[in-house]
Amino acid sequence: MAERYSSFDRRGWAWFLQRLTAAFLVIVLAFHFMLLHFVNHAYEITFLGSQARMSQVGYFITMVLFLVTATFHGVNGVFNALVNQGLKGTQKKVVLGVLAIAGLGLVIQGIRLALAMTGLV
Amino acid sequence: MSQSHNRGLIEDFGRWREFAPGMWAWIFHKFTGWVLIGYLFTHVAVLSTAISGPQLYTTTLRSLESLLLVRVLEVGLLAVATFHIMNGIRLLFIDLGVGLESQDKSFYASLVLTGAIAVASVPTFLSGAF
Repeated sequence: MAERYSSFDRRGWAWFLQRLTAAFLVIVLAFHFMLLHFVNHAYEITFLGSQARMSQVGYFITMVLFLVTATFHGVNGVFNALVNQGLKGTQKKVVLGVLAIAGLGLVIQGIRLALAMTGLV
Repeated sequence: MSQSHNRGLIEDFGRWREFAPGMWAWIFHKFTGWVLIGYLFTHVAVLSTAISGPQLYTTTLRSLESLLLVRVLEVGLLAVATFHIMNGIRLLFIDLGVGLESQDKSFYASLVLTGAIAVASVPTFLSGAF
């Protein structure tokens, strides 16, 4: 039988999660652009406007989910691209660790700023 | 029995003249993905001014929006995001087994739609920039 050339991992959940987050992000990214550039204009931005939006529970939850899914999708996408380029062994583990820490840091910082925008913290 | 095709090292971009539409779609999806994750980190960094206070947040964002370069880059960001979304939808359908035979046409459609949306967005993004 011919050699298998794919870098696809048959055991992992990452493949499914990458597509699940993609389906969510298609909708929320389009919504984000529409709301903040076409309905409201970025050049008219004020903290009070951001606060008014972020103080709505539904909006806050949507934005936190947006942050978490976008971070996973992006960081996992970068990892997949590097694996495609031939990353393996110890280097692969180190890169995975660095990306996981960077992703976690981004989510924590994102939640901190979202809470700051509510004005409650 | 399943068969594998030795496609060679497709990551060898020196072979770009041989690339079919599907390969260009793959390259553009990677490129726009890299831009978007890079932007996400930058976006969170800029918005983090909210932690230091309302005044700094408003001043920083308004100062950035007053730059023509930022407005032009925003059009580029919209184009990048739109292509990634359009091609992402194309990929989700292909993963579901829909439209594999016309994957080249759906790539061209993604490009045309991206171009049309980017051009149509220019007046909105450049409004008040001059």
